[in-house]
Amino acid sequence: MRDAFPRAATAIVSTATYGIGEAPGQTSMELAVRASVSALARVGLKPADVDGLFVCLPTDFFSGLGLAEYLGIHPRLTNNNRVGGSAFQTYVLWAALALAAGQCDVALITYGSNQRTASGKLVRSLLPSPFEAPYQALVPASAYALAASRHMHEFGTTRAQLAQVAVAARQWAQLNPEAFVRETLSVEQCLSARMLSSPLSVRDSCLVTDGAAALVMTRGDRARDLCLHPVYVLGAAEATHHRMISAAPDLTTTAAVESGARAYAQAGITAADVDVVQLYDAFTINTLLFLEDLGFCPKGEGGRFVEGGRIAPGGALPVNTNGGGLSCVHPGMYGLFALVEAARQLAGEAGERQIAGAEIALAHGNGGELSSQATVVLGSASTV
Amino acid sequence: MGTPTDILTPERSWLEALAQGRFLLQRSASSGQFVFPPRVAEPRSGATDLQWVEASGAGVVHAVTVISPKPPAAPYTVALIDLAEGVRVMGRVEGLPPDQVAIGLPVQARVGQIEGVPALLFHPREAAHA
Repeated sequence: MRDAFPRAATAIVSTATYGIGEAPGQTSMELAVRASVSALARVGLKPADVDGLFVCLPTDFFSGLGLAEYLGIHPRLTNNNRVGGSAFQTYVLWAALALAAGQCDVALITYGSNQRTASGKLVRSLLPSPFEAPYQALVPASAYALAASRHMHEFGTTRAQLAQVAVAARQWAQLNPEAFVRETLSVEQCLSARMLSSPLSVRDSCLVTDGAAALVMTRGDRARDLCLHPVYVLGAAEATHHRMISAAPDLTTTAAVESGARAYAQAGITAADVDVVQLYDAFTINTLLFLEDLGFCPKGEGGRFVEGGRIAPGGALPVNTNGGGLSCVHPGMYGLFALVEAARQLAGEAGERQIAGAEIALAHGNGGELSSQATVVLGSASTV
Repeated sequence: MGTPTDILTPERSWLEALAQGRFLLQRSASSGQFVFPPRVAEPRSGATDLQWVEASGAGVVHAVTVISPKPPAAPYTVALIDLAEGVRVMGRVEGLPPDQVAIGLPVQARVGQIEGVPALLFHPREAAHA
């Protein structure tokens, strides 16, 4: 059957972040609501205007109900699916379909997490598997390390190439006042950093921060009345292959191949048309895998592709322009921050790191252990 | 050679067998395919004709990571092993220094324990019977 995604029928009209870095004493719900009311207020909306709610909080499996109660609203649609950090890309997919079908008129997508100041470590929401738990892998770092070991074996990828990803993210973070870690980082510092789960060191791993974000979606006609620069949803698709890394069909090719191809087809574009790229970089290997799987370079070439600052400020392909999960923010689930940064770039709100003339942005989400993959293609008014 | 006993509780049965030193796999009688982790139905086909068979234990390291906890705890490997039966399992490779466990290394499974928990421990195949 034809994939009848409603290309450009819906748009992101507003985004907001809150509490990136450390937000001591605040609950995850409080952080999410701060971001939500801020995003709504920017376009003259109130919680009472929201009738489609898409949310996930780190440890609250009924967060959709809790947020509706907190905001005092009775949504027509409530969705708190948990496919991992990519859940937010899937929310954009479902919100676009629901808005286009008239199932809701104003969709709020939000997330908040206090994991850094509340627990000091990554919140674990993956249930341990009896077939993996005895071996005491670091969850989730070892899963990504196993994929990296395989990528090195098959394609000759090096730790220095992985370090290029971390260094590029840091250089972008230095242009983003909101980024949590902005000190200079060199390839040498990455290579001498403490090993976490070989071949990945602590510098190959995302931050552990607090943080919240929100975005508001409406149908395209209303979007033009609400804001100056609507960011249109041109395509959105998801794919899932496995949960546990030991069940991954292929450690070096993810389901992003499928989600990306379908999102591109919906949008009517190819990777070559994308001006700015946001990839879920929980670990440096993610960036290489997704650059390959989303068609920015051939399979196996990711390591060589990122050399010479190609994805860093001033490089040919701007990737993770906010500093990513590696240097800007990672409160346990990063997907919404990738979407917010993509929307900010297209709305011309990215300040010193703004990519001039950006018309098409990609925001890719990853969940679990390279498990759920979801790709969203966004465009400015010129692409509609 | 297979037996369909206990197939209503595949996860518990597999773990109980492991605790008794036996490494089992499932195989579908109709497709002949091996299945791991143990399930109530074969992936994709949904066939419920799964039978227990003893795993050969022979495999090859497909991917490996070394985890270095704070001293004095010793570094250890976590590996994915491709078994001769065509399924992949997680395990530890022992019997040589962790940093010398390479992808492609032929290994043989033994059922052992890690901190009292039954586990699959793989050894280099040449040294497997030492």
